[in-house]
Amino acid sequence: MSRPLRLLILALLVIAGFALSLVAGKQWLPWGSDAGTAILLELRLPRALLGLLLGAMLGLGGAVLQGFLRNPLADPAVVGVSSSAALGAVAAILYAGASSLGLFAAAMAGALGAMALLVALTWRNADPVAFILAGTVLSSLAGALTAFLISIAPNPYAVASVLDWLMGALTDRGLADLVRAAPFLIIGTILLALTGPALDALTLGEGAARSLGIRLGRVQALVVLGTGLGVGAGVAATGVIGFVGLVVPHLLRPLFGHRPSALLLPSALGGAALVLFADSLCRLAPGAGEVRLGVAMALIGAPFFLALLLKHRGRAWI
Amino acid sequence: MDLIATGLSVDLAARRVLTDVGLTLSPGRVTAILGPNGAGKSTLLKALAGLVTPAAGSVTLAGAPVAGLPPRDRARRIGYLPQDAAVHWNVAAREIVALGRVPHRAPFAAPSPADHAAIEAALAATETIALVDRPVAQLSGGERARVLLARVLAGQPDWLLADEPLASLDPAHQVDILDRLRGVAVAGRGVVLVLHDLAQAARVADDVLLLRDGAVVAAGPAADVLTPSTVARVFDVRVATLPGGRMMVPIGRIVG
Repeated sequence: MSRPLRLLILALLVIAGFALSLVAGKQWLPWGSDAGTAILLELRLPRALLGLLLGAMLGLGGAVLQGFLRNPLADPAVVGVSSSAALGAVAAILYAGASSLGLFAAAMAGALGAMALLVALTWRNADPVAFILAGTVLSSLAGALTAFLISIAPNPYAVASVLDWLMGALTDRGLADLVRAAPFLIIGTILLALTGPALDALTLGEGAARSLGIRLGRVQALVVLGTGLGVGAGVAATGVIGFVGLVVPHLLRPLFGHRPSALLLPSALGGAALVLFADSLCRLAPGAGEVRLGVAMALIGAPFFLALLLKHRGRAWI
Repeated sequence: MDLIATGLSVDLAARRVLTDVGLTLSPGRVTAILGPNGAGKSTLLKALAGLVTPAAGSVTLAGAPVAGLPPRDRARRIGYLPQDAAVHWNVAAREIVALGRVPHRAPFAAPSPADHAAIEAALAATETIALVDRPVAQLSGGERARVLLARVLAGQPDWLLADEPLASLDPAHQVDILDRLRGVAVAGRGVVLVLHDLAQAARVADDVLLLRDGAVVAAGPAADVLTPSTVARVFDVRVATLPGGRMMVPIGRIVG
């Protein structure tokens, strides 16, 4: 099967996922009625669009970070941006009783703060280990601060809503959420996609990449800024949704090859399809409420990833 | 097109690694940089490739400071083969060789006919055409070395700088790679090699630069520099000279 054909199949999957996301729910879309139109335009369409943009950014971000760090275990979360954005959001919920706009702004502020720290920690150092360590430190610090804020929270009801929010979901996200997050998601995705040629050169290591005329500082800036804006806005709009960036490039590598830039477009499509289908399934799950997308993703992702690891055990590249 | 270092000093992590190195390299010749471990050989090669910033002095290519060249221009003129032959993803050999064209291509542009021609020429020169579809994990050490050499050649640089291109190769592949590098110089390009093996250096190099503790101990035509007394002084070893006079092998350590 040729590459264009495989891309076409992925694109069709995205379209199918998008269509399913429009019609699926506790109530299947009542076609033709006024209520149906209202549900479609005000609830389902913004949610599906947000899922599309978020999934594409997460899938692409995973492929970019794995290529940039030359590490198949990397995903957008290693940069520490998602935990920091979550810290900002939690602080806003607990101590400012924030509106959804305030929550969004606080989460973006957390993401930007993490980016600034990451730049300061890895300035003039293109070593992937330093980058991963800096991201891990940021991530644990933000996690610890989040737990601290929750533990000293004045209001138990706010704690419940924090826990709910942290699980990550597209539930009840509307047009306002989409309008706020979309520009950042799109800009982040574009910045990340621009790293493609440099990622290929990095296959040969930093020295060879620099000798090929690649400006590593510029690549690092694109990665940090792209992840910061994209993942920051993603967390701000939906909470923490993991596993997409880790699993999708792995799934697609056997189909599209290992060359990092050849994996970017497929990963964006695959991420979008995965999030759209998973979000639709969340709504179809039995019970009164919805399973949270972040939880569903981990429930699907972790065993799946385990199976993948077992299948490829003993190979140099997983 | 000469590659010239003048008064070159380089600091790494606040430690002086190269001190006041001066050398003039001309195209069409193979120059071997030799010296004990830690002498600064790799750093000198990186400085010549424009990959480390000198603390003092400069490297110029055809009169222009290498440090001031835009990275893509520099990359088109100076090819660099690093010491660790790392390939981080299991890509096909052809994709590795194609990376040599990165400085010649606009980002995201499809390869031009010139790119294809350069890749084919590099594959032919290294006899790697049969390997193009093989993933790198399925290449032997010798095949991988040839594919990585093809990667540098595909960029058609005026200068080819290789850091220990013979590391982890068996004797037959060492001779094979050296002969190909020799051919690059014969074709009119400049070749600079960091080598460990005195005998191989004597076999391939027109000129030899001996480094010790970051300074040039001796430089000039191989026959003049690679004498038992100079080698003994730089490496602290006694050497035996093979019949013919150029090849030498270390036979014992000089202590004290």
